[in-house]
Amino acid sequence: MTNLKTFSLEVRAWLEENCPDEMRQPITSDKDICWGGRDWKFQSKSQKIWMELMAKKGWTVPTWPIEYGGAGLSRAEEMIIKKEMKRIGARSPLDSFGIWMLGPALLKFGTEEQKKEHLPPVARGEIRWCQGYSEPSAGSDLASLATKCEDMGNHFIVNGQKVWTSYADKADWIFCLVRTDNSGKKHHGISFVLFDMKTPGVEPKPIKLISGRSPFCETFFKDVRVEKKNLVGVQDKGWDVAKYLLTHEREMIGGQHEVAGSLTRPLHELAATVLGLDNGKLSDIMLRAKIAETEIDEWAFSMTLTRKLAEAKAGSSLGADSSMLKYYGTELNKRKYELMMDATGHDGLEWESERSSDGKLARTWLRTKGNSIEGGTSEVQLNIISKHILQLPGA
Amino acid sequence: MGLVLNEDEALLQDTAEGFFADKAPVKELRALRDNRDELGFSQALWKEMAEMGFTGVLIEEEYGGVDMGFMAAGIVSEQMGRNLSASPFLSTAILAATAIREGGSDEQKLSWLPKIASGEAIISLALDEGAKHNPDNITAKAERSGNGFKLNGSKAMVIDGHVADAFIVAAKTGSKEEGTETTSLFLVDPKSNGISTERTIMLDSRNSARVDFDEVEISGDALIGNIGDGEHILKKVLNAGRAAVSAELLGAGSQAFESTIAYIKERKQFGKIIGEFQALQHRASHLYSEIENARSAVMAALTALDKNDDNSENICAMAKAKLGSVAKLASQEGVQMHGGVGMTDEYDIGLFMKRIRVLQELFGDASYHMNKVALSNKY
Repeated sequence: MTNLKTFSLEVRAWLEENCPDEMRQPITSDKDICWGGRDWKFQSKSQKIWMELMAKKGWTVPTWPIEYGGAGLSRAEEMIIKKEMKRIGARSPLDSFGIWMLGPALLKFGTEEQKKEHLPPVARGEIRWCQGYSEPSAGSDLASLATKCEDMGNHFIVNGQKVWTSYADKADWIFCLVRTDNSGKKHHGISFVLFDMKTPGVEPKPIKLISGRSPFCETFFKDVRVEKKNLVGVQDKGWDVAKYLLTHEREMIGGQHEVAGSLTRPLHELAATVLGLDNGKLSDIMLRAKIAETEIDEWAFSMTLTRKLAEAKAGSSLGADSSMLKYYGTELNKRKYELMMDATGHDGLEWESERSSDGKLARTWLRTKGNSIEGGTSEVQLNIISKHILQLPGA
Repeated sequence: MGLVLNEDEALLQDTAEGFFADKAPVKELRALRDNRDELGFSQALWKEMAEMGFTGVLIEEEYGGVDMGFMAAGIVSEQMGRNLSASPFLSTAILAATAIREGGSDEQKLSWLPKIASGEAIISLALDEGAKHNPDNITAKAERSGNGFKLNGSKAMVIDGHVADAFIVAAKTGSKEEGTETTSLFLVDPKSNGISTERTIMLDSRNSARVDFDEVEISGDALIGNIGDGEHILKKVLNAGRAAVSAELLGAGSQAFESTIAYIKERKQFGKIIGEFQALQHRASHLYSEIENARSAVMAALTALDKNDDNSENICAMAKAKLGSVAKLASQEGVQMHGGVGMTDEYDIGLFMKRIRVLQELFGDASYHMNKVALSNKY
């Protein structure tokens, strides 16, 4: 414990000295989030300095081994860094699918060569990754994916289409699920491959969403050449990698609202500002009760996130509980944004205006509807809980 | 961290789990009910709980307790909830022990705490008066009279009041007109002149009492702490009570849930095990998620009390609100998924529904605590 205390003081001192003031301001637009990559244009000098300083410390990926760009820290130490960053309101220096998803998968399933080639550029924000999972006919039923990957002896050729590839138009590389064999059961014959988005035959097309924004693409593959060294894990057994990675994605999506919650004002404050108080109580008393209920649920859920992480640290794995976190966290986030729309009334309806920062709340409200669809719908998560935790028959 | 049990707590959990499953399972409650037991709980069980150290869980060692703290008290409450074990644990070992520990004089501590720890004394808190929990609206009055006080008022939902060796009565002291009115607590002998007690058997087959105080003479040394100390002592007592009741709700809710899952894995209809139907699977999985959050809430509340966290009152309120809702959902889904047999007295699920209904109400239901949480956040 004393070591952790000392560490916490060191982190605090280092952050105080090195985190630029501008990087301690709350995030107000998408541009404030640093994704990195070959074509990344830093929004400001501070954003660049902050990412580079953190990457140099290995703190963009604190728990990764030092040789792959991390700092080789324990989960407890990582929590301390997060806590100290939160204390001064420091922004995340770098966000990416490479950090959240590919990294953990490569650390578990990758060869030494793959780790050395791909992980350090992720940690340094040099390569931005996207995820090629869903297909038009393989959404919730992901294992029925059909993108064809032919073994040509010394390389593969990929043909097919992915959908819901986040930021495919901005990504440098893709980690992709493909079918190398369709003779057996659907979970067999899937492989996990990596390739450069600049490879001839790769074409991403943005999809316009109900929010008016386009964070996702359809991505088409026509005779795309993939080197054999870029197969992760065993050929035809990519489902194991995919499942492992999905657990990380679920934890990320489930835990996201807490991160977002720390950057936005509490729901009740927003409501009080817009609607006003009457004798110390929110003037809309019916809404007041719903807000209280939701905020209590948020608190209990945040305690569950903390508890589950602490239990995992004590030696047990999260396993199917990541489905519970994903299900509950996303449903809660939707509830919260519904109440924010209720609380802001006419103001919240503004779509194109300066006052509303071009409909920031309205667009985010619409975006939250996707939380319980992406990464496995709520219904799929409930199926997983039924099968793996409750062990109900036929689930 | 506090949200994960330490070694001592894990050991206690194992012990308590075995103890209550063995000594006080649901069939014991049925026997007490069916025999119209005079006490409503087993004196032998209470003695054994004392031997195990459970009764002294919140009492310092110098007064014969084991002083293991609130997490430990919650662990015991949870296991009692799982088995619907009837005992004066809540009234005496949680509420009364906290009141006397927090506010009692040396003499009061010396005369009562060892007796609580040894299982010799049962003490009931006489706080609420109306149909709903409302500690801010006490009307019972204790007026100065000679060297002591004269007590008037009516109390309801006095848990274990029919067998209490003492009441801890919350009453107003001072004068409203002069702006000196405050709340004070008194240790009162139930056999005093002017006290009438009516045993009220509640729907969960547990016992409370309605107690009327009519010109009851009490001595000056019956006062716990000083005049007006009642408010801050009650805060501590209610925090402890709300956390313990939340822990018991967690136990009862979890058990209702688990026995329902076991049932839907057995019951067949339409040639299928009903647990195969997605309509039930999804509701069961949702309930699983809620119970996990409920567990986190209970552990957070008990931890806050052990750490003497400044925000304890709010945290206990959030926990009580959450547990009230989640355990209610567990009992409702439990009866529904049991179908017809869920309506019969033969199956235990109905007994869980009844106990949960009482616990939901004790020391404030979900609405009460939602309002409290909103006020403490200034909205």
